[in-house]
Amino acid sequence: MEVTLKIFRYNPEKDKKPSYKTYKLEAVETDRVLDLLEKVKGYQDGTLSFRRSCAHGICGSDAMRINGMNRLACKTLVRDVGTRITVEPILGLRVIKDLIVDMEPFFDNYKKVMPWFINNDPPPEKERLQSPEARLRFDDTTKCILCACCTTSCPSFWGSDEYLGPAAFVNAHRFIFDDRDQAAAERLKIVNEVMGVSRCHTVFNCTLACPREIQITKAIGELKMALVTGVLS
Amino acid sequence: MNIHQYEVIVVGAGGAGLMAGLYASKSAKTAIISKLYPTRSHTGTAQGGIGAALGNVEEDHPEWHTFDTVKGSDYLGDQDAIEFMCTEAVPAIYELEHMGLPFDRTPDGRIAQRPFGGHTNNVTGKPVPRACHAADRTGHMILQTLYQQCLKNNVTFFDEFQVVDLIMVDGKAAGVVAIELATGEFHVFHAKAVIFATGGHGRIWEITSNAYAFTGDGPAITMRRGLPLEDMEFFQFHPTGIYKLGILITEGVRGEGGVLINGLGERFMEKYAPKVKDLASRDVISRAIYMEIREGRGVNGQNYVYLDVRPETVNKYAALDGRKNPDGSPYTVTGEQILAKLPDIVDFCRVYLGVDPVTQPMPIQPTAHYAMGGIPTNKYGEALADEKNTVVPGLYAAGECACVSVHGANRLGTNSLLDLVVFGKYAGLRAAEYAKGADFAPLPDDPAGFARAQFERIRNADGTENAFDIAVTMKKVMFDDMGIFRSGKGMENALNVVRELKERFKHVRPTDTGSIFNMELMNIWELGNLLDLAEVTTVSALARTESRGGHSREDYPDRDDKNWLKHTMAFVDEQGRIALKYKPVVITKFEPKVRTY
Repeated sequence: MEVTLKIFRYNPEKDKKPSYKTYKLEAVETDRVLDLLEKVKGYQDGTLSFRRSCAHGICGSDAMRINGMNRLACKTLVRDVGTRITVEPILGLRVIKDLIVDMEPFFDNYKKVMPWFINNDPPPEKERLQSPEARLRFDDTTKCILCACCTTSCPSFWGSDEYLGPAAFVNAHRFIFDDRDQAAAERLKIVNEVMGVSRCHTVFNCTLACPREIQITKAIGELKMALVTGVLS
Repeated sequence: MNIHQYEVIVVGAGGAGLMAGLYASKSAKTAIISKLYPTRSHTGTAQGGIGAALGNVEEDHPEWHTFDTVKGSDYLGDQDAIEFMCTEAVPAIYELEHMGLPFDRTPDGRIAQRPFGGHTNNVTGKPVPRACHAADRTGHMILQTLYQQCLKNNVTFFDEFQVVDLIMVDGKAAGVVAIELATGEFHVFHAKAVIFATGGHGRIWEITSNAYAFTGDGPAITMRRGLPLEDMEFFQFHPTGIYKLGILITEGVRGEGGVLINGLGERFMEKYAPKVKDLASRDVISRAIYMEIREGRGVNGQNYVYLDVRPETVNKYAALDGRKNPDGSPYTVTGEQILAKLPDIVDFCRVYLGVDPVTQPMPIQPTAHYAMGGIPTNKYGEALADEKNTVVPGLYAAGECACVSVHGANRLGTNSLLDLVVFGKYAGLRAAEYAKGADFAPLPDDPAGFARAQFERIRNADGTENAFDIAVTMKKVMFDDMGIFRSGKGMENALNVVRELKERFKHVRPTDTGSIFNMELMNIWELGNLLDLAEVTTVSALARTESRGGHSREDYPDRDDKNWLKHTMAFVDEQGRIALKYKPVVITKFEPKVRTY
């Protein structure tokens, strides 16, 4: 089948403003959008620039807006989106070139929630014990690959990139609800600041965008609940 | 020119690089340079587990892990290094747990473990649960945890800086040259010690589980600086890649009871490995799949077989095998348990195949997966200059780009994650210790000159050849003639084709003439790395007239310990000529025996 790809293009060394270019190519319905981008780059236009690495939805490099939805290009097949495909950079982050955006504000927000394990007791000789139930409590939020699909689908983040955003909350949740960790109170304080969870208006864009199917809105809800009740359950 | 100065430079931010950076930065001024954001590294795609004889589920011992690894290596692994790794494994896993890694848990709260190929109880010969896991995203959790710890400890990162050369002064490492992707500018990182942790080079092959980033940058760079590459002919083909795509389906599927089924509906591994069947080591299973397909027993006459983890299949064969739970009850699984233990596998199959593995079998074929060979090191991660094991002062390597050698001719599943944690740590410690006692060597006059010349050549080529075409041709010939089964004739053909492609490569020019994120230019340079490594791999393989582990020759079907119980050391001179030398395997406790599963 023939596929028509309409791709957002911007080269800061040449272009005054962005434009869209259209490419036609042969594809099969199981081709990934990433495969199509690679073919365009290989045979039609070598200047097309985008990030990619693992090509199967784990490294989180190739978050893009595909037919208006935030998705990973390597996890979106032609059969999922049809033969007319529009590819644009994710929103809310500065476009550097074509589909490549400046990820720094995203990672800065991630780092603000202290996304690392804190337990100041001397460790035991072997592992710290944790029940399977306690482990399950934060299982969903350990899946995050920091692709930014969620955060850049969020209207509050479009409003201000100072807003911590869903990905940072997911990673705060991962530690706050880990019963081995001792810094839940500090992290809850951070997510309760002006640019924190109060700016989440529960529009569910993040949950719909997550390629790892993390129940992000639910996780944010649990953070809000913990702030209100002071209970981590 | 941008010049930076650090005592220790780590190249690569996967598991090995992060571990090295974490340890080196405790006592030396350290920076980690990576062409990807650290969390994009390929460690994150490892699935099934990390091996250590914790004995949390069944009796186990580091000595058993050591023997299994030696046997898995087809006796080519160095036994002192293997024993070191398998002994260090136990504290390494506890350390990861103390860093917060969310391992799955046993009912009594300890780290959960599952069986994996080639890992056995050395008394009964039966599979032993040794793989410590976090669902089927163990590598993801290791990568995230180590990155988090680096952030916590304020380790310095240069993200999206691609290292393109190693600076050597009087035979010592003195730094690296990198290109900042966002600007295209060259940066010189002046250092006392350099640790390469750049990962593998599976992108040489057509069907591969490897990331686009796996272009062998580290080994290609050190090779151009006159240093040898060890055992490059040994590359692992993982038995279970998604048909046509090569995406990895973890061995953990078989650890949980999944079986391989041919087109006749037979569980064919019973023929090839009567004792451990579907949990034989990877080289054995990949060859078995290939033979089934070649003899017409692929599914629907196609080039694939099924991996079946449907509960009814698992339960049927578990009963036939007499598999038991730790409490002695018969081993059974439900669909929900499969989904809970293997969520990502279920997701991959649904997305890429439209198949639900809980109700349908998965079509699979072997996929190029792991480089056993690479930059030669000793067990402290110190890079070696020759077949006499002379240490290169200030140069270190760890993880997949290195060859210690703990994997020999065939790596056991779960041992790559273990390798990068253990040897990443020791490379970091050693590099920092070395840096404390060393001075900065004065930089050469034009430290970026050699790298700049390579990129000038690419930018100024005549543009009559297409990089994509060259890559496709290389991948195909390497998969056909340098794959699971090899022959002298096939390898000669592969070598001729690769050499022809290297000539054509000289005519490739990027259409993108810019500086900012010129990924086309970087990808062309990476293709050059792959071509160089493909040639070394093929030359090394042609010379080895035996079959051992991942190197299986139809014209020399037997292992030949008399002539070939030795490591290949390939050197490339300035004219590009490859010379092969050899060094003995370190044997301590285990004399080579016939290898059966």
